[in-house]
Amino acid sequence: MALLEVENLKIEARKDDGTPIPIVKGVSFEVKAGEVVALIGESGSGKTTISLASLAYTKPGLEFCGGEVRLHGEDLLTMEPLKQRDLRGQKVAYLAQSAAATFNPAITIGEQVTESAVLHGILTQEEATKRAEELYVALELPDPDRLGSRYPHQVSGGQLQRLMAAMALVGKPDLLVLDEPTTALDVTTQIEVLKAFKKVIREQGSAAIYVTHDLAVVAQIADHIVVLYSGEVQEQGPVDQIINNPSHDYTRRLMAAVRPTPTAGMSDDDDHGHGRAEAAIAARGITAGYGGIVDGEPAITILRDINVEVERGDVVGVIGESGCGKSTLARVMAGLLPSARGEIVLNGKTLEPALEDRDRDELRQVQFVFQMADTALNPRQYIGDILGRPVEFYLGLKGEDKRRRVLELLDMVELPPAFADRYPAELSGGQKQRINLARALAGNPEVLLCDEVTSALDSIVGANVIKLLTNLRNKTGVSFVFISHDLSTVGSFADKIVVLYAGRVVEQGPTDQVLSPPYHPYTRLLITSVPELRVGWLEDTMKTREAAAGIARGVEITAVGCPFFNRCPIAIPGTCQLETPPVRMHGDGHEIACHHSLDEVEHSEAETQKVLHGYEKAIVDDDSAIKA
Amino acid sequence: MSNTTENPGAAEKVVDEIDKFAELPDAPPKKTIKLSWTGKLAAAIVAAWVVVAFIGPWIAPFHEAEFILDDSFVPAGGCAEMLDELYDIEEWTPEAITKYCSDADVTLFLGSDYLGRDTFSRILWGARTTIGISFVATLFAYFMGITLGIGAAVSGGYIDMVLSRVNESILSLPSIMLGLIVVAALGSSIPILIATASVIYATSVFRIARALGQDIMVQDFVEAAHARGEGLWWIITREVLPNAAMPLLTDFGLRLVFVILFISSLSFLGLGVQPPTADWGSMVRENMAGLGYGSYASIWPAIAIGTLTISINLIVDDISAKSGGSLAKKMV
Repeated sequence: MALLEVENLKIEARKDDGTPIPIVKGVSFEVKAGEVVALIGESGSGKTTISLASLAYTKPGLEFCGGEVRLHGEDLLTMEPLKQRDLRGQKVAYLAQSAAATFNPAITIGEQVTESAVLHGILTQEEATKRAEELYVALELPDPDRLGSRYPHQVSGGQLQRLMAAMALVGKPDLLVLDEPTTALDVTTQIEVLKAFKKVIREQGSAAIYVTHDLAVVAQIADHIVVLYSGEVQEQGPVDQIINNPSHDYTRRLMAAVRPTPTAGMSDDDDHGHGRAEAAIAARGITAGYGGIVDGEPAITILRDINVEVERGDVVGVIGESGCGKSTLARVMAGLLPSARGEIVLNGKTLEPALEDRDRDELRQVQFVFQMADTALNPRQYIGDILGRPVEFYLGLKGEDKRRRVLELLDMVELPPAFADRYPAELSGGQKQRINLARALAGNPEVLLCDEVTSALDSIVGANVIKLLTNLRNKTGVSFVFISHDLSTVGSFADKIVVLYAGRVVEQGPTDQVLSPPYHPYTRLLITSVPELRVGWLEDTMKTREAAAGIARGVEITAVGCPFFNRCPIAIPGTCQLETPPVRMHGDGHEIACHHSLDEVEHSEAETQKVLHGYEKAIVDDDSAIKA
Repeated sequence: MSNTTENPGAAEKVVDEIDKFAELPDAPPKKTIKLSWTGKLAAAIVAAWVVVAFIGPWIAPFHEAEFILDDSFVPAGGCAEMLDELYDIEEWTPEAITKYCSDADVTLFLGSDYLGRDTFSRILWGARTTIGISFVATLFAYFMGITLGIGAAVSGGYIDMVLSRVNESILSLPSIMLGLIVVAALGSSIPILIATASVIYATSVFRIARALGQDIMVQDFVEAAHARGEGLWWIITREVLPNAAMPLLTDFGLRLVFVILFISSLSFLGLGVQPPTADWGSMVRENMAGLGYGSYASIWPAIAIGTLTISINLIVDDISAKSGGSLAKKMV
């Protein structure tokens, strides 16, 4: 008998007038002991609702309307509320998407991790603390003895995500429900979390339901995949079969939306870049940060001495982990954050650092597209007004002309004209992002600064937005600064890539060249961290020393030396942390900032494939133990 | 779920197909606020009192200051004829009322007050004074509070600092004490009452408006307007205020209740609305002595205050429950 059997599960919401809206329409699947089942689908497919049903819980406003959810053969839905309460956190544990939002900032980590086990009376406080410490070790968290007495803000995001796993596992649950646990993380952090999850799930022998929209992640962790769309199972089967041999249209579509691992030769057309065209916008020697500025040095420096040029009609991708300063760079260009040093040049003309001092036409030419379309659109204005305002503000159009331009903009982002009379809340996430783009395009800008515009979207929706951006670029000739932490998105869209690390440019150049050797050690870490749609990728990657070194330590922002020093596998002690690395030119406009000569960098690349040091050996041993 | 192998190279083609799997929409927002049955009842009561405030003097049987009977504290339904025969209050039984007053020319629906005036008429007249003063005072409080509160939130820095500290020092004084001192010093008149109440209650509006303003100011859409080059006036009136309107409106009801109670308290202490003008608060005080004789003359206006304030509260509860707990949290 399977551990959890979901049979013909139906869940409905109700409109104000009482008409039911089916959310989950008769879903059946099962989870065997020790097995990881992935629920995959885009937002709105009901995957979270189904996963919560295994705790006999629905979000407010939803109700169970049929079917059974059996754990150990016992139906949870008809169980008494008190017994349901015993079950939650004890037999079934839930791991929410955002660890940062789940932890209480005012209570120590140890207390929160052990709380549910002690509350349910499974363990005494001492036993729970001891078990938590064992779990910290199993999850490879640093300093396990003292971690419990720290507060959530004192550990990194990836660590917090792993601590949430510890919280769920402390009560030795039979079933773990993980709701998009790595979606909000950087690729490099995602690897460490995935690896820890995989290891701990195998070791503890608990079964798991893994909810996600990312097929590449699923390929690493799941045994069995259930593909959902609109509350119905489209296809289910073992992971190999779904990944290598999908039979359903929708699954294939999901597969198609997974962007391939970045390699050279991906950028689609070359007629835009490489010619020495005039720069549309350029950042020259930009140093910027927060706090009071003394001698051109802000109290907290985020960006240090940045030189980036965006040629007319080009797409420049800016990549790096969160906190590396990529959004700050766009904010400096837009004038939202005046730089402490350096200048922004637009079409050969130096702009004032602060946007208050720029004139309206300069503002019109540089437009900022915010990351979260949910918050970037005023919920109290009609779409027509949201788009109409910049049309009136920048182009001075009124009345019928304004209306015509608004409809033109809607058409440009492939939305029907009727949307002008809707409120933002009446649109889906991808549609809101389109409006967000349309607003930026309203005044016929020269440069569009796109800050992580696809990061909050599902893979299919995100792929569609990228397709739209490509069309817009071809139609309007706008230059893009495209910021993302997702290398594969940038690789498929940008003509030129700028790699930022801890506020400095470590490598930049044409996409083809950045994505082919020689790499800066950090670029290589980023490239190797992008999950591939292939079973066993995670294990293979963990064997590379880039991953090992990169994951072991965190980012430090330094004023001198190479910022990547403490995570670099080929760092030269005594040189790298003290001296600013020279910028080495390689071919046409390809710059790498590294103390190693490019030959050395390339050589170490070849070595990586062969050499295994003690540290990585241990990881490999772990993995073979897991597999056995 | 069968897994038969089909053409494996079809993946790219599928993407370009006509949208068979259209993007799933987010749930549309609920636009209407539906009142529960308590909310509906409450709304009816509030509406009735508002109507009374407008037309009270015309539907009242007597003028608010008119002496109808020679005797005070005549029970509900009593009349002049009854008083000719029965001198002792003990004898004013319901049977006696029916016996003497069934044919009387003038009967008092809710009895008479301590000066022999008609309690019912005074309540109808008083609705105008009580609700009117409170409403105007709350409006002024809102005008001041929102202007300064949003202003402080938007400008920040020293302006915010100074305004907030001044506001907190006024807020730290007990409102009734402050009211008593101001009225005692400046004398009691309706304009003074309105001014005092509005300044006192503007302090709490200031805090709410400032908190809401700060929340909204850091939203991306405000930053987007800022990046577009919009001025302060546009940002306040088009981006911030529309988003603060709902919580502020809900709070308006609650604040109105506090002002009604404040004005009534002042009147009860004798410093509010001055005789012979009818006002519910002062009516409670005037007729307190009647409680000893078993008269309800001070209970009726108290009930009027109670029904109005509780009803407003019920409506506010309904609205904030519908718009989610966040609203209620912000208002505390």
